[in-house]
Amino acid sequence: MLVFSGLSLGLLALDYYTDYLGSVRSVLNIVVTPIVVTADYPARTATLAQETFASRAEMRAEISLLEQDQLLLRAKVIKMAALVAENDRLRDLLGSAAKLQDNVLVAELIGVDPDPERYEIIIDKGSQSGVFVGQAVLDAQGLMGQVIATSLYTSRALLISDESHSVPVQVNRNNLRLIAQGTGITGQLELIHVPDTADIKEGDLLVSSGLGSRFPVGYPVGVVSKVEHDPGEPFAVVRAIPSASLVKSRHVLLVFTEARMARDVSSPRIEPDR
Amino acid sequence: MRSNNLWFIGLSFFIALVLSIISLPAFVPVDFGYLRPHWVALVLIYWTIALPYRIGIAVAWVLGIILDILLGSLIGQHAIALIVVVYVASSLYQRMRMFAVWQQSLVVFAIVGLDQLVNFWIESISGAADWNMWYLLPSLVSALVWPWVFLVLRSARRLFDVT
Repeated sequence: MLVFSGLSLGLLALDYYTDYLGSVRSVLNIVVTPIVVTADYPARTATLAQETFASRAEMRAEISLLEQDQLLLRAKVIKMAALVAENDRLRDLLGSAAKLQDNVLVAELIGVDPDPERYEIIIDKGSQSGVFVGQAVLDAQGLMGQVIATSLYTSRALLISDESHSVPVQVNRNNLRLIAQGTGITGQLELIHVPDTADIKEGDLLVSSGLGSRFPVGYPVGVVSKVEHDPGEPFAVVRAIPSASLVKSRHVLLVFTEARMARDVSSPRIEPDR
Repeated sequence: MRSNNLWFIGLSFFIALVLSIISLPAFVPVDFGYLRPHWVALVLIYWTIALPYRIGIAVAWVLGIILDILLGSLIGQHAIALIVVVYVASSLYQRMRMFAVWQQSLVVFAIVGLDQLVNFWIESISGAADWNMWYLLPSLVSALVWPWVFLVLRSARRLFDVT
């Protein structure tokens, strides 16, 4: 009893004050992967069953919808390619190094933190696929969060709605720079330290600003849902709804920015503020 | 004492670990997560009562470390909580065997509550938690689930003659 309690307390202190256990954690993560995969099995089977038993008509409808989508997207891509080329040319003229080319890796969600107070997910790509701590995680609609721990085959990501997570954003309309903090509630972000006089209103799109060089520039983060000016408070109360569907997405994108790929892959382990 | 069918104990722990991280379907509100019983503690309590000479502090410690890895908590947090669980359960096992199932449920409520408390202490020291009464809900749910866990595991233990 005493031996094991002492051992646990020692490990607790070691894990809390230092980073030595990071590698132990990633090794043990490989050991527990079967448990994570088994736990994901029902959800996976449900999706599969849904696909198998969908009627022919539903399938057809879905296919035609997807075809329409694809047509639209293809048209957009053609236009986008021209714009990217033009943008690169203009940036070259300005002598600026930043190019808007990011590579992405598709990963699948295989686990969710069961604690309702915490917003963390487990994905099925790890350091073997080049995932690194601090990497941005997106879904099709916007920014979801960042990777906080990796092991060989899986990694753990903190979502932007977690209370301990903040992301530097800017208002797309006028480039006003702000910080969006998670609130611990699924569909809500809070913008902190917004001056009462700031030009921000409901419906403004917030995109990642790239300040702090953690998140890539220009991905949608949320839409402002409420602006409240209370004369008694030093700052305005501004809330936003995350663009990404944080609790529904099963597939996520991991972003590799060019700057990041050029540099060394090993980075210091950055603890989120908890 | 000769051991028999110990794999079944391992299997029950595996199932408990899977159940404690299994994700709820997307349409279930996030707050329902508080209604999740502490499966690992329940199974651990059962085996401590049934086979106190096999399952003890060491097993609890290993399970706790696995749980810490699965949940991403500080390494050692669930380990120490489960050590407390097994310590209390093993010092009460002779009495627990005599109890009716509903009386056992009351004890389970107290033990799992203790486990939640230890977890909360460690989380609050490391600055990750605010107290709310929801923390006690898992122990209530665990106590309600206990009779079924007990009956299933007991019949399985007799069926496979686990010793």
